Amino acid sequence: MSATTQMGAAVDISRLSKIYKTREDDDVLALDKIDLKIEPGSFVAVVGPSGCGKSTLLSLLAGLTPASTGSIAIDGDGVSRPHPKTGVVFQSDLLLYWRTVLDNILLPIEIKKLDVARYRARAEELLAQVGLKGFGNKYPSELSGGMRQRVAICRALIQEPGLLLMDEPFGALDALTREQMIMDLQSMWLRLRNTVLFITHGIDEAVFLADRVLVMSPRPGRVDLDLKIDLPRPRQWSKTHEDKDYHGYVRQIRAIFEAKGILVAH
Amino acid sequence: MASTDVIGAAQAQKKQGKGMSSKKKSRGPWLERYSALILAVVLLGAWQVLVPWSGLSEFVLPTPLAIAKRIVNELPLLASHAYVTLFEVVAGFAMGVLVGMPLALAIFYSKAFERAIYPILVALQTVPKVALAPLLVLYLGYGWAPKITLAFLISFFPIVISTVVGLQSLDKNLVNLVRSMGASEWQTFFKVRLPAALPNIFGGFKVAVSLAVIGAVIGEYVAAERGLGYLQLQANSLFDTTLNFATVVTISGLGVMLYFIIDTIEARVTYKRDAAK
Repeated sequence: MSATTQMGAAVDISRLSKIYKTREDDDVLALDKIDLKIEPGSFVAVVGPSGCGKSTLLSLLAGLTPASTGSIAIDGDGVSRPHPKTGVVFQSDLLLYWRTVLDNILLPIEIKKLDVARYRARAEELLAQVGLKGFGNKYPSELSGGMRQRVAICRALIQEPGLLLMDEPFGALDALTREQMIMDLQSMWLRLRNTVLFITHGIDEAVFLADRVLVMSPRPGRVDLDLKIDLPRPRQWSKTHEDKDYHGYVRQIRAIFEAKGILVAH
Repeated sequence: MASTDVIGAAQAQKKQGKGMSSKKKSRGPWLERYSALILAVVLLGAWQVLVPWSGLSEFVLPTPLAIAKRIVNELPLLASHAYVTLFEVVAGFAMGVLVGMPLALAIFYSKAFERAIYPILVALQTVPKVALAPLLVLYLGYGWAPKITLAFLISFFPIVISTVVGLQSLDKNLVNLVRSMGASEWQTFFKVRLPAALPNIFGGFKVAVSLAVIGAVIGEYVAAERGLGYLQLQANSLFDTTLNFATVVTISGLGVMLYFIIDTIEARVTYKRDAAK
């Protein structure tokens, strides 16, 4: 149960494709033969515009959607349905409004038929770590958007996921809350050192958070750039944002989007 | 539960606080809280005063006090008939739940079944159930069977529809969420689908139970030897308008009581989404 025993999972994706059948017979190639190896304990961000297949990639990794061809392995196990080592944080918090904060966090424990009483203390501890000590008996409707997303993160973390999948988790938050959440996510990850796949359309948050940024482009969904981010940790908001290398990485990613016509340079 | 109530009460106070202007600070909330009661008392008072003043006979329109007095005096008689009607209503409604809920689940889980049964259900719903009452008496006799059947037929449709709508309106991402935790469909149903649909389902129950009262009473109008509908017809044939009104009040009381029982159960098993917003 302690954080130090929690090891990141290795991810091995090979020749992964996903084709969505549409009604009018013109199938959409959402992912085109993706090859990807993720080191255990690394923080990987995937950036790309809407429709580039990044959410499809996450859905396949979560075992929620079957692959059309190719394979995914998490710590060597092939993924065809949700893997017990993965936890998912979605764009909206998806808290169950009829459950208290604590019972929301314990939901995966109930579903996995583990001893709920034993995990209660851990849930309280996680809440305290995200600054919500004493909020366990509140209902989601009593919390702000940022607080709710923190609870959603606790709910994913109580499963002690070797692989944490995050699908634009801060997309619905205001700028200030988002900044705080980014900082908190970094410190949480530095403590746990699990493998994180962080999907976003924000170039800045991808570079700020990740060890490695994958840049994807749509139709067909492909990885255009696999960029290693070599910035010292822990990264500090102002200092990192003023860093020359940081801006270099951001520029490199923007250049790809501009070349693809996703961003138009003025 | 206690915490929910506290939140609800605090919120109600807050809402009232927002609604009033600063000028009416002392009168506003009091007036708002009791406005319905005050209006009811005023209307009943007007009725009480206007009947003798207009020279209308008590045989045509009895006063509220006369009706109230009659209810108290005839309590044993009214109760003995109310039990019969109550039994018919509850039995019919219970059948509506027992048949309607499984049917709703089948409709929800099977597209083919939904396609097959929906047109039939809608067609059946267009038949005025009241028109079936004489036929039901013909088939099922003078006892409680046709009344229960009518109460069932009339209450069953809102139960099916509200349950199906409740289940279908679930955010699909919630299903993905619990599936990502490894939930089976069984777990998905009991942890997410059913709790999320409960407010809809209870809404349907409340409509259904009110309709079941109508079904049972209409069944009694057509042919019965007991029940509030029967008592009302008796009072009618004897030109006993006061007893007639007393029966109407008892019938409404029955409906209100059943409504509040369901409302109480709902408050115990569900958490109101907007309670703290």
